[in-house]
Amino acid sequence: MTTKVYAGTEVAVGDDGFFTDPDQWCEDMAPEIAHETGIDELTDRHWQVITFMRHEYKTKGTGPTVRVLGKTSGVSVKELYQLFPKGPAKLAARIAGIPKPRGCI
Amino acid sequence: MGKHVVILGAGTGGTLAANRLRRALAADVQISVVDQDDDHVYQPGLLFLPFGLTTAEELVRPRPRQLHGAIGYHRSAVDHVDIERHRVFLDDGTLLRYDVLVVATGARLMPEETEGLTGPAWGRSVHTFYDLPGAVALSGALRGFDHGRLVMNVVDLPIKCPVAPLEFCFLADWHFREQGVRDDVEIVYATPLDAAFTKPVAARALSGLLAEKGIRLVTEFNTGEVDADGKLISFDGREIESDLAVVVPAHGGAAWVGRSPGLGDALDFVPADPHTLVSTASPDVFVIGDAAAVPTSKAGSVTHFEGEVLTRNVVRRLTGEPLDASFDGHTNCFIESGFGKALLIDFNYDTEPLPGHFPGTVGLPLLKESRLNHLGKLMFAWLYWHILLPGREMPGIPTAMPTAGKRFPTKEET
Repeated sequence: MTTKVYAGTEVAVGDDGFFTDPDQWCEDMAPEIAHETGIDELTDRHWQVITFMRHEYKTKGTGPTVRVLGKTSGVSVKELYQLFPKGPAKLAARIAGIPKPRGCI
Repeated sequence: MGKHVVILGAGTGGTLAANRLRRALAADVQISVVDQDDDHVYQPGLLFLPFGLTTAEELVRPRPRQLHGAIGYHRSAVDHVDIERHRVFLDDGTLLRYDVLVVATGARLMPEETEGLTGPAWGRSVHTFYDLPGAVALSGALRGFDHGRLVMNVVDLPIKCPVAPLEFCFLADWHFREQGVRDDVEIVYATPLDAAFTKPVAARALSGLLAEKGIRLVTEFNTGEVDADGKLISFDGREIESDLAVVVPAHGGAAWVGRSPGLGDALDFVPADPHTLVSTASPDVFVIGDAAAVPTSKAGSVTHFEGEVLTRNVVRRLTGEPLDASFDGHTNCFIESGFGKALLIDFNYDTEPLPGHFPGTVGLPLLKESRLNHLGKLMFAWLYWHILLPGREMPGIPTAMPTAGKRFPTKEET
């Protein structure tokens, strides 16, 4: 188990930098995590996705795939890639402080 | 008055569930099966059809003929289900009331969801083998193909039989070698995953096999658009040109699920308890096969293994007993690798595909090419019609995943 410090607080993260305990996350940490992934500024559109990711995790137990995000978050897949260029499902999950999405089998 | 079990879909799941339930339930319980057409397609055969290894006629049999005599068969599409009032509304105007409903309408292909996929190149230089007309058309396109780049692309997961696209690459390699043109054909496998397969041990074995056969692997390729010339463009702006693209379109559940309030998820699959297979929307709705949103593969073997628990639980629901939560996600897939050989993988919710032997220490080799596995895959077609669909047990193959023959990784390896 690795730890990281965001917004002055130590948190537990897994192998790829994903939070292992979403309760350790707070909004102040998001810009710092975003910066690590190459996103300089979080706009309202970013926040819409981040908030949605946390809601999905809370109700379903895993982050959604890009396609489901595009259908349900109010942000199209195209725009999702503009907001989170290196892969929206993973990046948004990481910034939102939820574990790595399980994906499909 | 007797109770009524309604089963929507007469594919693998609906047929085997109906036949198993007919044996398990008293004669006064009525069983009705609904499907929109009469053609039962042996879907594992679609992989072989483009290479001329089977024909459309060999793969299709009438749906009603696969059902036990004392099962009602109704041919109609489904409009929607009212889960509150236990009613199924069919397209032909029929209203069916149920005590227990079994959803078995599988997955549908949604090529229209990808920009340009059904455009000018569709059916010309862009094909699929995931349905019967597609596989037949692709067989025509492959016949004259003797040079250029062939791209196998999976648009998004989940898909039916997640190993089939890899098998297609292996069979294509074999096919072009047999034709003596392999040096003139480049084969590319473009997947949205970050590896050849979802699970690490199997992904390593399969990417090794791709490399050995000279098939280029492109990972994390999320197809956003297909242009008029059949060029694939990913959402992050990468492009793959091809002379022949074989695309597995995005999948969703049956459209009627989306028209039935509260039943499905964003992709029209039906969320269910992964161990009892009861729908999360209603205690009187059960789900089997590809239609279910449970964390296992969409594959015929899964559907077969689900059959036992599903049947038991439908009976228990009708008699008011607590459900059996024993389904473990067991999946068993042969992976054709060409040249008369195949690999076998066997896994469940908790255990990823591992090397070893199946079903015990002596048996078919796991995660390794062998002729035995290829013969197993061929024999499966017979077993499908004569054991699996009638709802019988496969001799020697347990419902729960066997652990005896598997080599579990040591601490250092994980």
